Amino acid sequence: MENEYYLEMSGISKTFPGAKVLDSIEFNVKAGEVRALMGENGAGKSTLIKILGGIYDMDHGQGTIRINGQEARIDTVQDAQRYGIGIIHQEISLADNMTIADNLFMGKEIKGGTLLNDREMIRRSQAILEEMGLDVDARTRVRDLSIAKQQMVEISRALLSNAKIIVMDEPTSSLTKTEIDQLFLQIKNLKKSGIAIIYISHRMDEIFEIADSISILRDGKMIGTDTVENLTQDKVISMMVGRELSEIFKRDGKIEVGEVCLEVKHYSNKKINDINFSLRKGEIVGFAGLVGAGRTELARAIFGIDKVDSGELYISGERVNIQNAQDAIRHGIGYVPEDRKTEGLFLMHTIKYNTSIVVLEKFIKNVGVDKKYENRLAGKYADALSIKMTSPEQKVQFLSGGNQQKVVLGKWMAADPDIFILDEPTRGVDVGAKAEIYQLIYGLAKQGKAVMLISSEMEEIINLSDRIVVMHEGSVTGILDNNETSRAKQEEIMWFASGGKENAKN
Amino acid sequence: MQKISENKIGAGSNPVIVFFKNNMGILIALLALCAVLSIATDSFLTANNLLTVLRQICINAFLAIGMTFVLIIGGIDLTVGSVVGASGVAVVMLMESGVAIAPAIIVALLFGAAIGLINGTIIAFTGMPPFIVTLSLMGSLRGLCYLITDGRSVASKNEIFTVIGNGYLFGIPIPIYILVVTAVIMSILLYKTKFGRRMYAVGGNENAARFAGIKIKGLTVRVYMISGILSALAGVVLASRMYSGQPTAGNGYEADAIAAAVLGGTSFNGGIGTIGGTIIGALVIGILSNGLNLLHISSYVQMIIKGLVIILAVGFDILKNRKMARQ
Repeated sequence: MENEYYLEMSGISKTFPGAKVLDSIEFNVKAGEVRALMGENGAGKSTLIKILGGIYDMDHGQGTIRINGQEARIDTVQDAQRYGIGIIHQEISLADNMTIADNLFMGKEIKGGTLLNDREMIRRSQAILEEMGLDVDARTRVRDLSIAKQQMVEISRALLSNAKIIVMDEPTSSLTKTEIDQLFLQIKNLKKSGIAIIYISHRMDEIFEIADSISILRDGKMIGTDTVENLTQDKVISMMVGRELSEIFKRDGKIEVGEVCLEVKHYSNKKINDINFSLRKGEIVGFAGLVGAGRTELARAIFGIDKVDSGELYISGERVNIQNAQDAIRHGIGYVPEDRKTEGLFLMHTIKYNTSIVVLEKFIKNVGVDKKYENRLAGKYADALSIKMTSPEQKVQFLSGGNQQKVVLGKWMAADPDIFILDEPTRGVDVGAKAEIYQLIYGLAKQGKAVMLISSEMEEIINLSDRIVVMHEGSVTGILDNNETSRAKQEEIMWFASGGKENAKN
Repeated sequence: MQKISENKIGAGSNPVIVFFKNNMGILIALLALCAVLSIATDSFLTANNLLTVLRQICINAFLAIGMTFVLIIGGIDLTVGSVVGASGVAVVMLMESGVAIAPAIIVALLFGAAIGLINGTIIAFTGMPPFIVTLSLMGSLRGLCYLITDGRSVASKNEIFTVIGNGYLFGIPIPIYILVVTAVIMSILLYKTKFGRRMYAVGGNENAARFAGIKIKGLTVRVYMISGILSALAGVVLASRMYSGQPTAGNGYEADAIAAAVLGGTSFNGGIGTIGGTIIGALVIGILSNGLNLLHISSYVQMIIKGLVIILAVGFDILKNRKMARQ
């Protein structure tokens, strides 16, 4: 009898100490199908995938995994590869010091006699690259490739090991629009050759463009699976969040904008060019622009991480000289960096440790720790930010992305700066946590904090900001008013973001 | 997975319980080792022998505590053995040239601090890998020892000085008192000051530490200075114990110091480590040597066994962590 589904996961449960993260999940995918797997962070997507990939064990004696009708026992990563499961993780896992061919054949090198047969490996690599529509030499070093091409190399590697099921975890998070198109073209080709694709993403538009069907997880339970034709974005969101979400950007009450508290004049360095703007108390200013427009570089310069060649900075009217992060913090600036894992968090340490690291002087006086204060601090921000955790002693690496981001926010809220620089505060964060983070940002503004909000999500910029600064290639190309009654147009922002005008109109 | 109200916070963070929980594996190994030696030999479980073991352990424990500091910030200090030799020679030569005992010791400790300052400054300000910097200086420093002593040991005629390493107070060897005081001071520094907290941050994620406004360079220099001072302290105690400053003293001690720290749960990748764990690690290594001596096992075989024990212990620990990560 022919099986309808190529992959059948049935009754899959997973219990971590103190929490059931997957509850008898049914998940079936056909050959040649692109299945989107959606859900908030912490819903259990990555746990499910890690069970499929042999990284986690499922709870014993509960579920089964069948592949092409045969029961599969997947205990190790090698087992998963043997069953034709290829997982492409969000972070690129290639050795970037080696060539494409080296990477493709890593661990399964071809030998001619006792020595490596490089010629054959290069020939086969080249063939598969051509198949993928990649116009590069297989002898190119991976570090010389764009992120999109590196991702293609990862897919090629999965294909080379005869993967019949390919899982892609947020494959587009660091790709440009054209690169995404390129990737989608390849996904369609893979589909044609009968490969089952499980596609994990938070980007609704992409899902509806590329997927055949969508499965939605919430709190470790499978909420439902349907074809994209039968679903709408709103429906998917409400299934993910478990409530209607028409008002995620809703502000309660009006926020008073006060006097100027930060003024940047003629800021320039290698990456940014003559930047002028100001922030007022209680004001949220959005920074829009394409990737590489210099927004993060501007933030780093203001925060003293990168050197400034010329220009002046005024805080509450007073000229200040910020040389390093300590200076910035002393002058009341807090920076939530773009990449929370490498720049914002101490993953191996506890939530308590992370929220208190900037304000140690408040509870460690020379020698001796005021434990009560420390615990109160951690408790205060865990509660205020509703961080989902087992205890403040939990290590941050075991939190979901949204909760990790809240820990970074909590760290800076504890430091209580007057000026918050938020760099992509909702990247990789699910809809529910996004709504919570938006409310936190409003809350900061309401307290009279000035917020510099860098975001690549147009919706976020337009709905949150009081004003919008648009940057292009290191310069400010436009500053737009954006109050609740007259919102800036997306086209207008795009016009400035692509360098539409040479001079900033202040 | 639920929100925690404030009153639940702090439960299960009793430091004594946490200490036993974190060091369970190595503590069991230590007890098992003691049990086996107590049965297998008549002489292990005697007050005399145990005090001798403890005294022998002190030298390595000083170095291992310093090494733990350096490993926590993600570095390594291979100069510790050479500092032992150089500071031992220095303190004895100073006294022989007429300097009083206290200033001589202080100068030796400052010498250790200076070596740490050099290590730390090169590492923090040039970005050279700590392994290379300290490996190179380890060689240079050893050469300096030979050069100033002309390769001969320098005998100490100061009898008060030799009491430090050989004397007893209330029946307990004096180095043990020095170790206890050192361990307490270092624990306070590590757990009860901003400096200590920030060490874990720098080793855990240097980038995030920079964004949190931590002065990484200054901290790095200070940590290497601490390691240098503790190494010099070990050198002074050892010179006193041997009634002389010997240019070969401390040769290869860095290996035992690293082993003790790693056995005690310090991570080679930085960010993780405790003083208590390291001292237990030093105890395991010391008791193992002592036991093998009592069992009349040749020193050649001892070297082989010690190496294998470290591989086994650390391997066991890693396997345990990996298993926990899967479940």
